[in-house]
Amino acid sequence: MAKSNKPIIWFPFAAGGTVIAFFIPVIVLLTFLAALGHVPTGLSYDSMRAFAGSGLGKLLIFGVIALSLWSSAHRLRCTCYDFGVRADKLVANVLYLAAGAGIIATAVYLLRI
Amino acid sequence: MKERLVQLEVLRYNPDTDTTAHFQRYEVSCPEEGVVLDALNKIKETIDPTLNYRWSCHMAVCGSCGMMINGEPKLSCHAFLREYDGVIRVEPLAHFPVERDLVTAPDDFIEKLKRVKPYLIPKAPKPISEGEYLQTPAQLKKYHRFTLCINCMLCYAACPEYGLTPKFIGPAAISLAHRYNLDSRDGGRDARQEVIASKEGVWECTFVGACSEVCPVHVDPASALQQVKIASSIDWIKEHLLPGGGK
Repeated sequence: MAKSNKPIIWFPFAAGGTVIAFFIPVIVLLTFLAALGHVPTGLSYDSMRAFAGSGLGKLLIFGVIALSLWSSAHRLRCTCYDFGVRADKLVANVLYLAAGAGIIATAVYLLRI
Repeated sequence: MKERLVQLEVLRYNPDTDTTAHFQRYEVSCPEEGVVLDALNKIKETIDPTLNYRWSCHMAVCGSCGMMINGEPKLSCHAFLREYDGVIRVEPLAHFPVERDLVTAPDDFIEKLKRVKPYLIPKAPKPISEGEYLQTPAQLKKYHRFTLCINCMLCYAACPEYGLTPKFIGPAAISLAHRYNLDSRDGGRDARQEVIASKEGVWECTFVGACSEVCPVHVDPASALQQVKIASSIDWIKEHLLPGGGK
C-alpha cells in the first residue's frame, strides 16, 4: 500500500486552522471596532498601510489570508464529503480553485501597495 | 429496590427465516438504576429466549455489548435506563453486517487490526539474558491513553467516514498503531506507516470527532489520528523535500 501524498494539502490546511483559531477572531473584533469608529491608534489607516507596504508586513498578511483561505476550502471539502457528497474531485477542484484565486488576488493586491 | 417499567424496541433478524429485519416491542420491569443490558437479559430470561446479543463482563471492560441505543453507539452495560424516557430503540452496531438480531460480524475490524501490527516489534532482537526492556514513567505516559482501547468498535459505528468508505482502516486500529509507534521499546513504525499513512489509512479521516465522543474508555482516537497526521506529514516532507529522504 503506497503512502499518500495528502500531506501537501493537509499541512497548509492544519497551519491555516491554527492561524484561523488565533488571528481571525481578533481581526473580526478589530474590524468591528473600526466599523463603529473606534480605531486604536496603532491600527489607523496610515500605520496599517505602512505595515502592508513593508516586506515583513506583506509576508504576514499574505500568510494569514492564504493559509486561512486554503484551510477553509479544505474544511468545506471535508464537510461536503461527510455529508455524503461523493463528487469529491469536482468539489475539491472548485473549492481549491476558489481559494487559489483568492490567494493570487491577495498576492497581486499586496504587491501593488 | 425501586422497579421501573421499561419499553424496548429491538431490531430482530433471523437469517434462517427473515428476509428483512423488523422491530419487536418488549416491556419488562427493571431496577431503576439498571442498564439496557439488564433489560435485555430480563427479556431473554422471562419473555423471549430467542433474542440474540453479545455480552460478557457487564462492567465496560470486555467491549462485547456494543449496540445502537436510540441511534447512538453505546455499551449496553454502560447505558443507564434512567437516562432514557419512553421507548428505547435498540439496534445492532451501525456499519457492520448483522449476523442475527443484535449480533454483528466484526471480521472487517479484526482484519484491519491485524494489518496495523498492534504488538511490540523490538528495534533489535535482545536475548532474555540481557534483561527486560526498561521504560521511564514519562515514556509510558506518552502512549498510555491509547492502550486503554477495549476493541468495542463503537468508534467504527460512530464514524461517518467508515460508513461511507468501508476501506478506511478506522479509529481504533490507527490509534493502536499509534500507541505502538509511540512506545520507546518499539521499532516497527516504518512497517505500520506503510498501512496507516496510506489513503485508506489516516487520510480518510476528516476529524469529525465522533469516535472520541462515543469511546467508553476515553481513548480519544480523534486525537491519536490527528497526531498520526502530523507525524505522517513530517515524514512526507523529510522523504520528498530533504536530500537523501531525511535519513
